Order: sequence, then C-alpha cells, then structure tokens
Amino acid sequence: MSAAIVVTSVSHRYGERLALNDVSFDVAQGEIFGLLGPNGGGKSTLLKILSTLLPLQTGSIQLAGFDLASQADAIRHTLAVTFQHPSLDIKLTVGENLRHQGHLYGLSGQILTTRIQKVMSQLNIADRERDYAETLSGGLKRRVEIAKCLLHNPAILLLDEPSTGLDPAARNDLWNVLSEVRQEENVTVLVTTHLMEEADRCDRLGILDHGQLIALGAPSEIRSTVGGNSITIDPLDILQLSSEFEQQNIAFRQVGGEIRIEDVQSTTELTRLIDTYSQQFRSITLGKPSLEDAFIKLTGRRISEDTTDA
Amino acid sequence: MNESAVPSTTPRPAWLLPIWSLAQREIVRFLRQRSRLIGAIGQPLIFWILFGAGLHGTFQLQGTSANDVSFQEYFLPGVAIMIVLFTSIFASISVIQDRHEGFLQGVLVSPVPRSSIVLGKVLGGTLLALVQSALFLVLAPVLQLVGLAPAIQLNLTLAGTSGALLFLTLVAIGLNSLGYLFAWKIDSVQGYHGIMSVVLLPMWLMSGAFFPGDQSPWLRVVMRLNPLTYGVAGLRQCVSSNPNVVGDLPSIPLCLAVLFLFSFICLAADVWLTRRDQGV
Repeated sequence: MSAAIVVTSVSHRYGERLALNDVSFDVAQGEIFGLLGPNGGGKSTLLKILSTLLPLQTGSIQLAGFDLASQADAIRHTLAVTFQHPSLDIKLTVGENLRHQGHLYGLSGQILTTRIQKVMSQLNIADRERDYAETLSGGLKRRVEIAKCLLHNPAILLLDEPSTGLDPAARNDLWNVLSEVRQEENVTVLVTTHLMEEADRCDRLGILDHGQLIALGAPSEIRSTVGGNSITIDPLDILQLSSEFEQQNIAFRQVGGEIRIEDVQSTTELTRLIDTYSQQFRSITLGKPSLEDAFIKLTGRRISEDTTDA
Repeated sequence: MNESAVPSTTPRPAWLLPIWSLAQREIVRFLRQRSRLIGAIGQPLIFWILFGAGLHGTFQLQGTSANDVSFQEYFLPGVAIMIVLFTSIFASISVIQDRHEGFLQGVLVSPVPRSSIVLGKVLGGTLLALVQSALFLVLAPVLQLVGLAPAIQLNLTLAGTSGALLFLTLVAIGLNSLGYLFAWKIDSVQGYHGIMSVVLLPMWLMSGAFFPGDQSPWLRVVMRLNPLTYGVAGLRQCVSSNPNVVGDLPSIPLCLAVLFLFSFICLAADVWLTRRDQGV
C-alpha cells in the first residue's frame, strides 16, 4: 500500500522554542492516523505545516505524492482541513456555505449542485440546507464542516481536535462519520487529539510530546509496551504511603496525586495491598494497560488532567 | 517527483469564480446585519444635516461672498466619501472576524490564488460602498423638499454622473485595500478602532471633505500629500455645477492618476502580504 503522507525529519522553531524536533512518520492511504499528545506538544504546529498554513522549515513532507515545499498549490487541491474552530460562516445557510466552498475549489453550476446533494445526503444534513449555520448544534456544525471538506473529493482529510466543544454523543457520532467516509471514499484521515478514547479509535497513532514523536504504532501495540495490568491507588496521604512503599521495596510511580504500580502479574498483589494498607487509601483499582498508561510510562506525566470528561 | 505531471493531474485554480463568490458573501452578510447599514449610511446623513444646520450662515469659502456656497453644499461630496470610508472600515474589519471565526483559514488552505482572496474582499467592500454613497448622493438633495437641506446646484449631466461613480469606485477600491492592509496585520477589532481613529478619520478630515483648510500653510502641504484629497476634489468637480465650490482644486486627470496609483499600490501590498504570511 502506498503512503499518502510521508513526514521526514521535520523540525519547526518559533524563535528560540523548538516546537517540532525531528519528527518522521508515514500514513498509508485509507488509514485513520491519530496524533496524540498534550496541548503544546506540537500537534497543532504539525497540522498547520501539513495544511500549508505554516512554512516548512526543515525536513520534507509528501502529501498524496506531492512535495509540500515546492507543490503547495497541487496539495491544496487534494487536501481538506478542519480546524478547532468550525470555519463555517454563521450568517450563511448550510447550502450557502457549501456553495461558497465549492467555488473556492473551482466547482460551479450543475456539477457543484450534484456534489452538494451528495455530501449532504452522505452526512445526513439534507434537511438543514436552508438553516442558518448559527442555529446548528456543535455536532451538526462539525457534520456540515466535514461535508464542506468532502465537496472536492480530497485524498487527505486533516482534522485538528475535531471533538473540541462536542459532547460525548456528538463525539461518538463524529467518529462514526469518519469511519464511514473513510470506507466510502478511501480518504486518508489524520486527526489530532488529546483524548484517549479517540486515539483508541485510530488505526495507528503517533504520540507527540515536547515536539518529539515518542511512540508510533497501532493503539494495541502502544498499549502493550506497558506490560501487564496496573494498580492505581488514590491515597489519603501520599507522602506517608510512598515512604512505606519505599521501605517495603515496592516498585511504584507517582503520577499527579496517585500512586501506580505497573506490570502487575497476579491478583494476590492487589489483595495484599488492600489488606495491608486498607486505612490509607480512598480507592484502589486494577486496570488493563491503557494509552494513558503508555503515555505515563513514556513521560512520567498524565497527558492532561481534563481527559476525564468523557 | 515529476514536475511536469502536476498541471495535468490537478485542475487549474479558478481565479474569477472565488473573487465573485467571496465578494457576494460580503454583500449577503452585510444585508443580514441591519445595524451595519444604519451605521454606514445613517451616521453620515445625520452629520450632514446637523453640521449643515449648525454651521448655517457662518461658513464662507475663501474668495466667495457669504451666501454663494452653503456648508451643506460644500460638505456633500465629503459625506459621500465618509460613507465610502465607513463602509470600507466595516468591510475590512471582517478580515479580523474571519480570522477569529476560522473562516479565513478555510479559505487559505484552499487552492484559491491569494490575489483572488484580496480582490474578493476588496470587490465586496467596494460594491457596498459604491451603492451606499451613490444612494446618499441621490437622496440628499431630495431633503431640500422637507427643509433639511438648502438649495444645491448639482451637475446632473451624464458626464458628471459617470465621473462621480468613477471617483467613488476608485476611492472605495483604495480605502478597502488600505483597510485590508491594516486588518491583515492587526489581530483585534479594538486595535483596528485605534488605527481608525488616528489614521483613517484624520485622513478623511484632511482631505478637504470637511473644511477647505487652505489657510494653514502646513495643513495645505499635508492635504496635497493625502491621496484622499484627490478623491474628494475629483468627486466635487463631478457632482457640483456651482463655480464657487470648485475653486482651484487639482485637475481631474491629476485626481484620477493619484487615485489609480494609490489603489494599485495598496492592492499590490495586500497581495504581497497575503502571499508572504501564509496564514495562521
């Protein structure tokens, strides 16, 4: 299978700050690829470079076979981008938004009308054609935006934090739409996110932290780097409990206000902890390795504190 | 990568279609925001009536006698230019709003040539300014009938009317392009208001729109350097048939030349800037 996106040794500086540090990865055609990482990790910078909004400083990028540095115009024809803020004109109707978008890509007349009907039925928004964009819910706005993106039959779809401002139901809906679109149009999707459950729905993932790609692979592969299950303890007094663990030679890691014991081999370890320290914790849980665990193992930090909103 | 294969695999970017589409969007948005209509034409109209009434009898152009030219007659082309200015300001503020709302980014990632983006914005603003200022020039003399304006000698010939439309168009292109230049570099509407107060409004004041200003030596020089002076002077010569109003204004060919040059430089700067700053 040929690669739709090839990123090779890309670095980017904002003055002194290194926002991207020697990032390389490929995305196969028809794949849903996720860039996971905390805010400020470099995801948005990379997305802006891929979408031709920021100049490429070092390294090289190929999109749909075109070189980003020398063939930006050709790339713009095959690319579709949604940004964190919906780019709809709220004073226009859904139909008008789509029509103007078509004009930007040189579509007009009957061809455009046919394309608009097609993408509207594809995204189930045909009954909203005459509604003003400002009257739509966040989830519907996203649908209209994806419809806008598909008008010109793009080969690659870039989405920057597409679930920003969406409730869990709308988020789930968005991902169903993305899977359908990928299947019907064989479009390659690159999506940035800081939400684990979104990352889990990607075919492959790259984890970006401090501008560096610290992991690359299918979500299951990345999760398996953590090893076995882990125990998470929410202690009453973290200092006391951690010093006791140190005395007992229990290997643990302190993450935020919690204590984690990784690669737990058997449940006896859990029951022993419960019996011995029953007065010292609010909760104790045993979990299979998650992407969050992988991120913690790689960086020693949680990806962000607001990922619990799902 | 085979460079020669690119044009055959990708369609040529449309140039005219996006210009028209973006301009049309400006007009539709304007019509859906009534308050902008009131702001752009209502305020200048009220200014014209109030200043006219307030300064009635105290205004006298140099070299004319007291009742040759009323202030309202003098001020008429100035107000038309003011409407063009206000409309251009509102239109270019939309660049800042488009950037904040993400619409601009959507346009910038499309294959639309950067010059189409600039021309679409400027064309939209120009059409709005042209219609409103022309409407004012038609309506204002009618106010004579209800006593809100004195008698005005208008040049209602074909040459005068088409000349007036030409000058309004040129001034609108120039001011919209100038506004775009500021709006592209300023990231807040508040910041743009600052520019409006210290650059755009004084530019209008020192154009002969509001007062002749030829008694002050330094003001005379500044006015000669202000491109808007040539817009007001050209328009004045086209709309008025009162020989006392016209006085010793710059000649029409000179006015046209200055305005063409001014609009061209501003437009070229807009395109250059839009190409250079890829986006964000």
